[in-house]
Formats: sequence, structure tokens, C-alpha cells
Amino acid sequence: MSQVQTGPAQAGPSQSGIPSRGGGTGDTVFKVLTVVAASIILAVLFFVALFLVLNSLPAMTAPAETVSGGRGFWVYVLPLVIGTLISAFIALLFATPVAILVALFISHFAPQRISKGVGYTIDLLAAIPSVVYGAWGMSFFGPALVPLYQWLAKYLGFIPIFGPGVSGLGRSLLTASLVLAVMILPIITSLCREIFVQTPTLHEEAALALGATKWEMILMTVFPFARAGIVSSVMLGLGRALGETMAIALVLSPGPLTANLLDTGNNTIPAEIALNYPEAFGLRQSELIGAGLVLFVLTFLVNMFARWIVGRYSQFSGAN
Amino acid sequence: MTQQQHLDQTLPEQPDPSRVLRTASLPQWLVWALAGAALLLALILTLAGLHVALAVVISYLVFLAAWTAISITRLGRRKGINNLWTAIVVGAFLLALLPLISVLFTVITKGVQGIMIPGFFGSDMVGVTGLQDQAAARGDAPIIGGIQHALVGTLMITLVATIISVPIGLLTSIYLVEYSSKGVFSRAITFLVDVMTGIPSIVAGLFAAAMMMGFYQATGQSIQKATMGLTAAIALSVLMIPVVVRTTEEMLRVVPNELREASYALGVRKWRTIMQVVIPTAISGIASGVTLAIARVAGETAPILVTAGVAVQTNWNPFQNWMMTLPVFIYRQLTHPTAPSQPGPSELRAWGAALVLILIVMALNGIARFIAWKFAPKKSGR
Amino acid sequence: MSTRIDARNVDVYYGDFHAVEGVSLVMEPRTVTAFIGPSGCGKTTFLRTINRMHEVIPGAYATGEILINDQNIYATGVDPVDVRTMVGMVFQRPNPFPTMSIKDNVLAGYKLNGKKLSASQADDIVEKALRGANLWTEVKDRLGLPGSGLSGGQQQRLCIARAIAVEPDVLLMDEPCSALDPISTLAIEDLIHELKETFTIVIVTHNMQQATRVSDKTGFFNIQGVGLPGHLVEFDTTEKIFSNPRDEATERYVSGQFG
Repeated sequence: MSQVQTGPAQAGPSQSGIPSRGGGTGDTVFKVLTVVAASIILAVLFFVALFLVLNSLPAMTAPAETVSGGRGFWVYVLPLVIGTLISAFIALLFATPVAILVALFISHFAPQRISKGVGYTIDLLAAIPSVVYGAWGMSFFGPALVPLYQWLAKYLGFIPIFGPGVSGLGRSLLTASLVLAVMILPIITSLCREIFVQTPTLHEEAALALGATKWEMILMTVFPFARAGIVSSVMLGLGRALGETMAIALVLSPGPLTANLLDTGNNTIPAEIALNYPEAFGLRQSELIGAGLVLFVLTFLVNMFARWIVGRYSQFSGAN
Repeated sequence: MTQQQHLDQTLPEQPDPSRVLRTASLPQWLVWALAGAALLLALILTLAGLHVALAVVISYLVFLAAWTAISITRLGRRKGINNLWTAIVVGAFLLALLPLISVLFTVITKGVQGIMIPGFFGSDMVGVTGLQDQAAARGDAPIIGGIQHALVGTLMITLVATIISVPIGLLTSIYLVEYSSKGVFSRAITFLVDVMTGIPSIVAGLFAAAMMMGFYQATGQSIQKATMGLTAAIALSVLMIPVVVRTTEEMLRVVPNELREASYALGVRKWRTIMQVVIPTAISGIASGVTLAIARVAGETAPILVTAGVAVQTNWNPFQNWMMTLPVFIYRQLTHPTAPSQPGPSELRAWGAALVLILIVMALNGIARFIAWKFAPKKSGR
Repeated sequence: MSTRIDARNVDVYYGDFHAVEGVSLVMEPRTVTAFIGPSGCGKTTFLRTINRMHEVIPGAYATGEILINDQNIYATGVDPVDVRTMVGMVFQRPNPFPTMSIKDNVLAGYKLNGKKLSASQADDIVEKALRGANLWTEVKDRLGLPGSGLSGGQQQRLCIARAIAVEPDVLLMDEPCSALDPISTLAIEDLIHELKETFTIVIVTHNMQQATRVSDKTGFFNIQGVGLPGHLVEFDTTEKIFSNPRDEATERYVSGQFG
């Protein structure tokens, strides 16, 4: 009795007399190719991190007075981080409820024969390039909001975010954030929709059989089932909002950090890079790459948090 | 358990001791009548001088209140609340449609004028200066200039990006699905693909720019050379690869194992099985995913802005000199008009380019759906 | 050609899990051997070691020897791909390739291996294999249509045609009728009778009537308990197994008292 363990395909001359047709090299070559491709991804991310760090080091270590603003890299980048977070937060604030409700409309309320078309329509919203949203926000949406801003400033101006002063063309952080909200809405919607339709039909039918109305059924079965999924969809939307460039670069008329959301001012990291990079060189370029690194870390943390939530709650989702 | 508790809370609130089936319902026309009345109210409020958005919001709230009140009095509390939320859900959907309609309307109305410019598709921006635009704005001369250079740039950069990303993405997902033994390496790859999905596009652009500048610096050449189509294509690849990996992986995983086994049992080698059984079965999904990825990167602006520069002349060579793409063209024409005092002609060109870009992206999306629908493996062959 | 399968002390493992223990038996040429036994007793696992298909599952390996025509298929340097061209297999559920026509499905063993066939050669192979699988008259007018358009029973016979088209010596069948209706099952059983003139056939079945109808010899597999390896309890002529088995467990199983 021989104790031969049969591991992976062993090519080579056959000792048993079974005729070998050869051709085993094709397998080896192909497998190596796939491993190389996968390794390229490893390498790319390694180099992304490496190049960003290497190129931003000069700005981070430079004497404070040589950096834009004259008070060092971190003082330069902090208002940008705050601006980025504020705009992304406002975008989420508006997009999340609408997105969840639209997802519900597609998954549970729309009649069967139109729900697919409705889904495509929302996907269409995601297909429009960001620069087009930016152009729209700059030349139509912003100016259209000015009367509303004036009304807000007039009656609610005592709240710091609503005044004083209103951008004449609506090129404010609030406009930019609203455009962002429109852009992340389809992302959150399609992710939520996917989760909502996975709600076990048995649970839904159980709720309906107990005499629940449609809304009660959704409260009882769909939301508990989809809770983790909703949170992670919103987080992924946030990640997208943080990195969105063109909408802000086109809509916002940037300036120093200010609490007033209706006037020009504030800026975000991606817009700062896009607006200044083409003309930047030397230390200025390094500053912008450093800002990019900060953005990278920021979105990385948000995305990891989203994945963590999914992983954390997936065992309770009831999908099994 | 939660279902029970919930019913315990709601049941006592419905005083219906007699177990008689209630037949009360609201007439079909009621909701339409209410909606019509709300529209009328919005119109009146607007005419009365209120901002149109505010008028619509007020009318919608009035509609909700009326609809809920009627529902509750006629059908009871639970059904009333159900109707309230139904109205809110439908309202949210209509709200989400507004920007879509508005964007498309703006782009089409302004863009059609743009693409009517003579030679819009056949000429680039060489020789178009502020003087010409000022003359055109005064009406003394026709508007000139076009998007040929941007069309060529978009085509070449997207093409190169696709050539880079598709093999890498495809092979990586084949590794993940067909070869990996769920070890450290494959889990690291899956994780990194996740990370890559979240890379902001501007960061991808910075990476490609920094990498190519580093390369030219290291080889002692001018770093100016790093600004070219290839650099932009690398940036787009960073954005495209994770999308390709994800969709392909998903498609490969749904190929039934039985087909692989049938092929192995015929004495077919693994790589031939993958290439001739697994991939052909999944090809429609893969192709449609790749097309969607192309559509996505074709509309990217920020990474190109920092990698390929801004050009006015047509450049077919992605390995040399600056290149223009449609999104960057739109951005530049809007933010840096050719004639700063007379931005009209530039805006016209920008909107024309936006219309072309949207049409391209929509066409790619349509193609993707068509591929997925047409070439999906037939469940029944008759 | 007479093809004899001689299994000597075969053990199969899935990683740490010992799935099949110490199976030794001889399957004679031009006979049908049936494996019966309760679910999870390792009969399918053992069947798959005869053409090394178990290796498709990550972490699975076998020890011992299986001799086909006195050649050990587990000898060092033997390529499992070569083993599988000698030993064809038919699966539990019909699995024609959905992207291929009926004709291409029959030719799959050649085409997927990149063999060039002349048109007349290809037609000959297709007709011979489809006639061999009793499917020729039903599909000869629609060879270009997708194989997935056939009925379940026809699909399974197409899979048999696909397996015999490459002219193997042995044909393994893993519950080939479990997804089929009674009439299709009968058609396959008739086919098995014809095929055994040419091939050595090994069939796994849950249906004991089927075992009595089609097989010459029967092996009964069993397990002692959950997590323990399956083993071959008894191997004898089918008649003996079903009328007068040696082992008490076999008798209880074939008389329907458990399993």
C-alpha cells in the first residue's frame, strides 16, 4: 500500500503507464498570471500610500511660515477638513431620509410593473457625471436658491449658520452640500433597495398575516432586518461625499472658514486640490498632496467603519 | 417576539369589539382630488408672492394633513398612519425626481444651442481667443471652437484605462474565485479592493501624478513630461480596477459549480475550464459591469485635471503632451472662460460638451443593460 | 478492452475530516456496480476518487491505491486530468453547458481541450455519442439549439453523450436519475444496460429498486455515527445483497428499516 497524498496537480512524466497528454504548463502559467494581477493591486495601494506620504512630507516638515497661511501644514489643512466634514454632513442630513424612503418606494410601494423602471430612473441620477451636477449647481440651482437664502437670512438670521450676508449667486457651502446630497442620494438608495428586497418574504407575510398594515409590516420586518445595511449604506454615501470634487469646485466660491452657510467662504479638501493643483509647484504641490493624504485617511476610516458595521451585525441580520 | 409586542401595543387602540369585517374605504378619486387641490394651492401661493419652493412645501404639508385626517376618521388610526407614510414615501420619490428633471432640462435646453455651433465636433480650441469670443458675443462674428480635442482625449484616456484595468481586474477576480484558498493573501486582496473602492477620485489623480513625476525625476528627465494621457489613464485605472474586480467576482461566483465539475470530469484543464466554460457563462454580466465602469470613469474630471493638464489642441498620443477630456473641458470653459468679460460663448460650448458627455454616458449605460439582457445565458433555449 | 478497477485500502479526507475509511474492492470489466447506503456515508465521495474529482474541493485528498487497468491513478506524477479522460462522469443534476448548442455540448470534451476536428469527424462523433445515449432521433433536427432547451431527462442523456463522446473506459454515475421523473429514469436505466457492453459502469443511487434493476454487483456503505468515517460494509453480487446479505445492517437497510 502506498501512502501517496494527492495534492495539487502534479505535472511531469507519468510512472504508472497512464498516457499523459501534457499541457500542464498552461495551468501553471495561468495561475501565475492571476496571482501577478492580484499582487498588482497590493502594489498599487502600497504605492498610493507611499507616494502620498513621500510627496507630502516636505509640506508637513517645512517651517511653519513657508506654508500657505504661514502657520504650518496642520493649521492650513484643519479648516479644509472642517469644511469637508460640514458639507458631507449636510449632504447626508438631506440625502439619507429621502434615499431611504425612495428605496422603500421602489422595494415595497411602487406597483410591480413600474418599480423596475423607477429603479433605472434613480440609477440614471447616479450615471450623470459630477461635472454636470457642478455646472447645474453653478448656473441654475445656486441662483434659484438665492430668494430662499434671503428669506432664511431675513427671518432666521439670528442663527449663525443663516447669516449675515447671502451670496448673490447662491455660491455657498449650503448649495454645494445640497448638490452633493443629490449626488449621493442614488448611491444610498440603490444600496438600501438591495437590502430591503432581501427581507425574508416569510417574515413579511408573517407580519401581514397578523393583521399589520403595510407600514406596520415595514416597521416590524424591513427596518429591523436592514438596520446594519442602512447604516453602512449611509457610511458609503458619506465616503463618496467626502471625496466628491467637482460639484464643490464649481458651485462653491471658496474662502476662509465661516459658520455662515449661505454666503461664499469655506472650502473642502478635494475642491482645494482641484482648484489649485494645476498651477501649483514645489511646496504648494506638496501641501496639496498632503491634504490629499488627509482626505485618503478620512475616507478610509469612514469606509472601514461601514464595513465593520456590516461585519458586526451580519450575523444578526436574519439572512440565514 | 417583536412582532407580538408591536401588535399588543397597537391592537387595544383599535376599538373594534365586534368581529365584523369593516368595509369602509376611501374612493379612488379622493387622493387625486386632494393632490389637485394642493397643486392649486401651490399656484395661488406662488402668485401671491411666496417663493415657489416654499409654496410647494406648504401645499404638500396641507395635503398630508388633509389626507391623513380623512383617512383616520374614515378608516381608523392604523390605516390612517399607513396612508400618511405612503404619501410621504411617494412624496420623497417625487422630490428625488426633481433634480433629475431639472439637470436634464438644463443640459438639454442649453446644450442643444451649444452643439449647433458650426464645427462643434470637428474643431478644437486652437486659435480661439478672447477677441473672437467678444466679437461673437457682440454678434459681429459666429461662435467658433469645438470639442474635437476633448472627444479625442476622452476616447484615448478611457481606452488606455480600460486596457490597463480589464486584464488586471479580470485576472484578480479569477484568482479570488477560482484559485484562492481563502488564505491571508486573498483576504488581503479582498480588503484592499474594498479600500480601493473608497479612494476619492482626486486622490487617485494625485497618486498617478506623483508616481509619474517620481519616475521622471528618478530617471533624470523633466517632470513636465509626467503630464500626459497615460498618467490620467493610470489614475482612472485606480478607480476602475476595483469596480471590475467586484462585478466580475460576483458574476464568477454565480456560475454553478456543476459546470466546472462537468468540464473537469471531461478531462479539461483548469485554465481551459475557466476560459471556455466559466468566463463564457458569466460574460454578459462581466461585459455589462465593465461597460458601467467605463461609463463611470469617462465622466471623471478631478483626476484628469491633475494628471493630463488642460490642452486646446487635438492630441491623439496618450504618451506625450497634454490632453483634454470632455469633463475637464466643461470645467475649464465654465471657470476660466476664453473671454473673461464675455463668458457667453464659453458657457455655450461647455453646455454643448455637457450634453455630449451625458449622451455618451447614457449610451454606455444603455449598452450595458442591453448586453446584460441580450447575452444572458438562456434559461430555456426555446 | 477490458477495464478493471481495483481499489486498495482507499481513505479520503476533507482537511481534518476523515470521510471514507479503508475501502477495498474490485469492479470487473463490463459490469455495473452500484453503491447504496444512507446519506453522508461516503459513497459519492468514494465514487469521485475513481476519477480524482474529489481534488476539486479544496483540502480534499485520498490515500491508498486505485488501479485502472493495473495502473495506479494515484502514482506520483500522474496528472488527474489524464485520469479524467479515461474515467467519464455523469452528475446528479443534468449540467449541459448553457453557452453551447447540443452539438457543441457533445463535442465539449474535444473542443474545451483545444482539439481540432474536421467537420465530418465531428459529425461522426456527435452521431455516435448521441446514438449511444439514445438521444439521436430526438435531437438530430435541432443540433444547433442550446442544450438547456431540452427536458430534464433529455439533458441528462445529453450529459451521458458528452461523457461517452471522448471514449472513456469507465463511466461514473452519481445518482443520475435523482432529479428526473419516472419515465426519464426508465430511459436512463435502459441506456445503462446498453452502455455496460462497452464501459465499466459505477453508479451511486439512493433508489434500491434501481440498484436491483441495473447493477450486477452492489456495495453497501454505512457510517457508525456523526463525524465518523464512512466505510464499505458489504460488497457482493446484487442478488446476494438484496436477498441474503451477510451483514445485519445491510439487511435492515435493503429491507427499508432505516436510511
